[in-house]
Amino acid sequence: MSTMTLNAGPAAAVGDSTAEQNLVNTKADIKTVGSPFCDDAKLRMRNVNVFYGETQAIHDVSLDIGRNQVVAMIGPSGCGKSTFLRCLNRMNDTIEGCRVEGELSLDGDPIYGAKVDVVPLRARVGMVFQKPNPFPKSIYDNVAYGPKIHGIASRRAELDEIVENSLRRAGLWNEVKDRLDKPGTGLSGGQQQRLCIARAIAVSPEVILMDEPCSALDPIATARIEELIDELRENYTIAIVTHSMQQAARVSQRTAYFHLGKLVEVNDTETVFTNPEHELTEAYITGRFG
Amino acid sequence: MTDLTQTNLTQKQVRERIAARLASRHRKEKIFRGFGIASIAFGVLAVLVLFTDIISKGSSAFVQSQIQLQVNYDPAELGIDKVDQESLAWANFDGVIRNALRERFPDVTGRSEKRELYSLVSSGAGFDLRERLQNNPELLGQSETVWVNADDDVDTYVKSLSKSKDGFLGRTSEQKAVWINALRDSGELKKRFNKTFFTNGDSREPEQAGIRAALVGSLFTLLVTLVLSFPIGVAAAIYLEEFAPKNRWTDLIEVNINNLAAVPSIVFGLLGLAIFINFFELPRSAPLVGGLVLTLMTLPTIIISSRASLKSVPPSIREAAMGMGASRMQVVLHHVLPLAMPGMLTGAIIGMAQALGETAPLLMIGMVAFIVDVPHGITDPSTVLPVQIFLWADSPERAFVERTSAAIMVLLAVLITMNTCAVWLRKKLERRW
Ligand SMILES: Nc1ncnc2c1ncn2[C@@H]1O[C@H](COP(=O)(O)OP(=O)(O)OP(=O)(O)O)[C@@H](O)[C@H]1O
Ligand SMILES: [Mg+2]
Repeated sequence: MSTMTLNAGPAAAVGDSTAEQNLVNTKADIKTVGSPFCDDAKLRMRNVNVFYGETQAIHDVSLDIGRNQVVAMIGPSGCGKSTFLRCLNRMNDTIEGCRVEGELSLDGDPIYGAKVDVVPLRARVGMVFQKPNPFPKSIYDNVAYGPKIHGIASRRAELDEIVENSLRRAGLWNEVKDRLDKPGTGLSGGQQQRLCIARAIAVSPEVILMDEPCSALDPIATARIEELIDELRENYTIAIVTHSMQQAARVSQRTAYFHLGKLVEVNDTETVFTNPEHELTEAYITGRFG
Repeated sequence: MTDLTQTNLTQKQVRERIAARLASRHRKEKIFRGFGIASIAFGVLAVLVLFTDIISKGSSAFVQSQIQLQVNYDPAELGIDKVDQESLAWANFDGVIRNALRERFPDVTGRSEKRELYSLVSSGAGFDLRERLQNNPELLGQSETVWVNADDDVDTYVKSLSKSKDGFLGRTSEQKAVWINALRDSGELKKRFNKTFFTNGDSREPEQAGIRAALVGSLFTLLVTLVLSFPIGVAAAIYLEEFAPKNRWTDLIEVNINNLAAVPSIVFGLLGLAIFINFFELPRSAPLVGGLVLTLMTLPTIIISSRASLKSVPPSIREAAMGMGASRMQVVLHHVLPLAMPGMLTGAIIGMAQALGETAPLLMIGMVAFIVDVPHGITDPSTVLPVQIFLWADSPERAFVERTSAAIMVLLAVLITMNTCAVWLRKKLERRW
């Protein structure tokens, strides 16, 4: 202990922690900096507050996600990235005691509201989860499930086509085309995650939400999925939560930094990683806390 | 700068401390394992003792002493001239049997001796002959050799001969024993497979008493129970687990379901008597009412186990389905239910096994009545296996002792069959990954 203190130097250590302290203490008056809004917004969120029972997890977040854009959401663990993401297709509805306030709209259609039906909403806003979660059914049935329940394909041939296309776009077709009737749970982790992506895009959603889609994957599978995200951008709008700064830098056009339930900064990805506006963002991406 | 050097223990000291505790840790583990093995051994031993006891007592009930007789369907003796329903009902088959016995033992004279002789044969033997004649009307006026059931006293004596040389005479007279041994020596009295036990209902005469009525009654009752309790239980569990809001009311319901599971079963019998029989005026002693009462009894078990298996379905599957835009109903029907089904079935089978062995509530609704006829539907009066066992265990005749054990064997066989089906079903369903 004594050696360490000597090595680091008392002044530096103390100075560091007070600096952090100061940063954290500023949270009461965090204002979003950067450019949270865009002209051609696919998703518009205004003054979003989310509560779990009494505790507030998201404080007054306003953000646009542009058409055919990949927006990365980064921030320390527990800052509310998943919570915010799950508002966009109302997956929070399933959580007991979760309450969402604010205006959220998809192409101008409200997302929340008594008249809004979540079933078509979720067909428009697909989701890929952190842990691959294929259904315990065959690979074919996994991908065909969405089209089936939404009545997208009426004939078997049509369904076959959708399944093949989705698997091709997810870059999985060549690996599984001979075993479509085998269980989806029998694939490797990376393949399972791509299967989940194929499943999500099979219903041709407009937006895909991804919550740390690569956190359980090795670098090769991760690279494959990052490639995939880049390809998908042509047709879809994507919001991705990630803990990997490199990943955010590689796949996204815009990056949003969250801190303790607040949106601190939104900017072009390049700006965020090379020249962050807010000191909290800078502290985070330089690895001083998180 | 490791943590170890900061504590005042050296690595060596740490290792020594671990080593010192190691022996006692291993010992505790051994003791724990020993307890486990001991309790399993105790369980197996108990089952073995139970089975050997029941089988040794009951297996002899599956054979029955029968006597070969040369009977003559003499129209004069029978008092009929044609074979039809009405004349058969009045025909004197006992006379035919008596004739056959007298012919076999021509030396027997005197009223009491003759009566003694006639009692060699079961008083139900006449019914067997009637059935034969009814099925083969051309036999009228003909002679044939038939095997008829011996009286239960004869049967008891014959069976006891295999245990000791002199046998157990009981109510059998010396004179009768002589005849029995004569018949045995000539091969005219044999222990043959006891078909009656599987084809007849209950009877005051042990040799005519069978398990059929109780078995069919049990199956009807269980059918009613299963058809009602499984869908209702599963539906209730799904609603409570997947749809119901979590509030004070659902908490109250949950507590009450758990309480219901612990209510003594006889209370359900009283409830059934009051509601189904007295209020709705459903027939007494019927499998329908029995099934309703047992449904009340097994519902909590099925609901609780179904809820447990619904809970154990990983939430990620629900999220995946929900994220695809499946409605709540679709999430449940397409994903949750198939995964929970094996567990639900296990619960249902446990409930059914409980229902199969239940006696007390059925006594309340009159299923304890003395019922001879095999029921043909769920509204016919009938009894069930455990009640039949209870009735026979209460009977004084020695021949009922072995039948009691035999009935227990049948009950256990039904139980084992049910459980095997459940395991098979579960395996089959589980293979859907
Ligand atoms: N179901 C829940 N009930 C109550 N509180 C919750 C629930 N889910 C999340 N929270 C709280 O909301 C806050 C935000 O959680 P969230 O899961 O959105 O964080 P996150 O940014 O996704 O973190 P991570 O990077 O670790 O995934 C946390 O403080 C968490 O404790
Ligand atoms: Mg998260």
